[in-house]
Amino acid sequence: MHQIRRRLLKAIGGVIPLAAAAGAGLLRAGNALATTWNKTGFEAKAAADALKSLGVTGAQPSKDIMLTTPDIAENGAQVPVTVTSKLPNTQSISIIVEKNPFPLSSTYDFSSGADGYVSTKLKLGQTSNVIAVVKADGKFFTATKEVKVTIGGCGG
Amino acid sequence: MTMTRREFLHTLAVASAAGFPLGGEAHAAAINSFYDLHGFGNNVTLMHFTDCHAQLLPSYFREPSVNIGVAAMAGKPPHLVGAALLKHYQISPNTKLAHAFTHLDFERDARAYGRIGGFAHLATLVKKVRAQRPGALLLDGGDTWQGSATALWTQGEDMVQAAKLLGVDIMTGHWEFTLGAARVKELVETQLKGRIEFLAQNVSTTDFGDPVFTPWVMREINGVPIAIIGQAFPYVPIAHPRHFVSEWTFGIQEEKLQQSVDAAIAKGAHAVVLLSHNGMDVDLKLAGRVSGIDVILGGHTHDAVPDPVPVKNRGGTTFVTNAGCNGKFLAVLDLEIRNKQVAGYQYRLLPVFSQMLDADKAMSDLITKVRAPYAQKLGEKLAVSEALLYRRGNFNGTFDQVILDALMQESGAEIAFSPGFRWGTSVLPNEPITLEHVMNQTAITYPYTTLTEMSGEMIKSVLEDICDNLFNPDPYLQQGGDMVRTGGLQYVCDPTATIGNRISNMTLSGKLIGADKRYKVAGWAPVAEGASGRPVWEIVSRYLQDKQVVSAPQVNLPQLSGVSDNPGQA
Repeated sequence: MHQIRRRLLKAIGGVIPLAAAAGAGLLRAGNALATTWNKTGFEAKAAADALKSLGVTGAQPSKDIMLTTPDIAENGAQVPVTVTSKLPNTQSISIIVEKNPFPLSSTYDFSSGADGYVSTKLKLGQTSNVIAVVKADGKFFTATKEVKVTIGGCGG
Repeated sequence: MTMTRREFLHTLAVASAAGFPLGGEAHAAAINSFYDLHGFGNNVTLMHFTDCHAQLLPSYFREPSVNIGVAAMAGKPPHLVGAALLKHYQISPNTKLAHAFTHLDFERDARAYGRIGGFAHLATLVKKVRAQRPGALLLDGGDTWQGSATALWTQGEDMVQAAKLLGVDIMTGHWEFTLGAARVKELVETQLKGRIEFLAQNVSTTDFGDPVFTPWVMREINGVPIAIIGQAFPYVPIAHPRHFVSEWTFGIQEEKLQQSVDAAIAKGAHAVVLLSHNGMDVDLKLAGRVSGIDVILGGHTHDAVPDPVPVKNRGGTTFVTNAGCNGKFLAVLDLEIRNKQVAGYQYRLLPVFSQMLDADKAMSDLITKVRAPYAQKLGEKLAVSEALLYRRGNFNGTFDQVILDALMQESGAEIAFSPGFRWGTSVLPNEPITLEHVMNQTAITYPYTTLTEMSGEMIKSVLEDICDNLFNPDPYLQQGGDMVRTGGLQYVCDPTATIGNRISNMTLSGKLIGADKRYKVAGWAPVAEGASGRPVWEIVSRYLQDKQVVSAPQVNLPQLSGVSDNPGQA
């Protein structure tokens, strides 16, 4: 089962949210959506509260998390964000946009053996830090990158 | 690595070119020695020009007297102007090199040395170099298909023909994209095909991330394999209306670039060259983070930098250049390849003095032909200027002030904004201002003039945003271009502060701007989708025709703070 899922995720670039995969009949819902909806986290209006809802305490920055974003957003409404975790036994990846009205954008859970890889597009209301929070082997690690949102114009 | 020898030879070359007295070099021997380059290395030569902005004819272009660098960039190339630049590069004052690289005594020296650039004169120089260095490649860094009336009205056609006749081998782009993705694709896939390779490793489709252009090519120069990678301007959809390239995404794309470099080395490249439209500060940062590139031939920021800047990285050293703009310069890079790698180089950034180079016949004929349908209209005299008109500079130029004055008079607005473009030719005092001069300042595909009501708070945030694009301490967060020019509105600017804190004390007619008060603001070149309005050249032309004589414009400049000892201003 894990082998198959990993191959499936690789085959499609590992990009789909699990809910979508489950909806498409690709995964058994009972298995994939084992965690419950993090209502407190997704409704939190401050990054600190969102982190608390995930149970994050004392998370360390890790070089094993690759967070890829544009330096300046081409379109604040659709900012491509990719997170790759090389940490062994990656269990979940959450993405927080610090200055958004609701900072916690998404959480992805990984069954054991799945590659820690997420690629998505997020809306950014203004220049903000984007924080990837990875849970691996029961511990939390982070990677942070600032994405600039500008009104544009006036290029040389 | 023959570091010492290379530096010695290079210094020698610069010194030999710098020592000409004012006005004393009109004779043939001096001209020949100016453009005859010492041989160097083993017949691996790259020529490079960039940001010519479609100037087919020789013209005047005043270099900036204000080009401030902040944070780690303060006081370092390319942020040196005037006497500080001459001193740094040991160029004697009052020479033609001093004239080419600085604004000093511009009017006097422009009259002495004449117009610079022009494709017919550039063609002669390219042929001269090719005669001395058979097999040399010619690279075009982009901003070639925009900047003149004829490029706009032929949608880049005139420049494509001229570039083909010039013998350009490889190019990348920036303003090219403002002709729209379809036109760029059409030109690349038809007219350029088999003649000019259009490279861009950092442009891909927004849907699946597929590459839009070839990222890099291997070219043999006299038997030596050299890889050339293309880097288009990374911020096209931000600096310009996004709809021109709605299905393409850009960015710096360091990781992809490293992959291209690694692939080129694995395929046996003896040297790796990046043809870049990043801008010099971005290239200097990138050179420290990506390894394996020998030379970055750069453009975008229009910096005429006489010497390459070495940057150390984990793979060794990368040399970064920037070759000016407006067709003023041809860079000639000779590489010495030993044991399948770069062992030394010689670099010369040669000004294209039209008085010292004959016009190439075939190129002159082509230019006459492509201009013929428009020449009469463009030659129309609108007014005479009593002052030197120029644009380039961090905060304002006299020609921009004319545009601002025209916008305010025409619309009745109390404040005007004009974009801080770095292109645009200069007009000498008492020279007639023609429609062509106006087009050289305004020829873009989104020339609409706008009139909007803005709150004081909004005005402040616009100025802060644009100022951050110019002075962010992280070069990757700069887009290039200069500060928006303001008419009516006065302010204090501290380039060394952070966003939100650079602009202060905004006033209009001596009164502080109110945060909630609303002001009528005229502008042009809107990036918002669906914008429309009369083209700015119509408004400026009418203003000039009404005035007949333009006396020295009162240039509205912000009061600067925090940079009093910065050698980026003179």
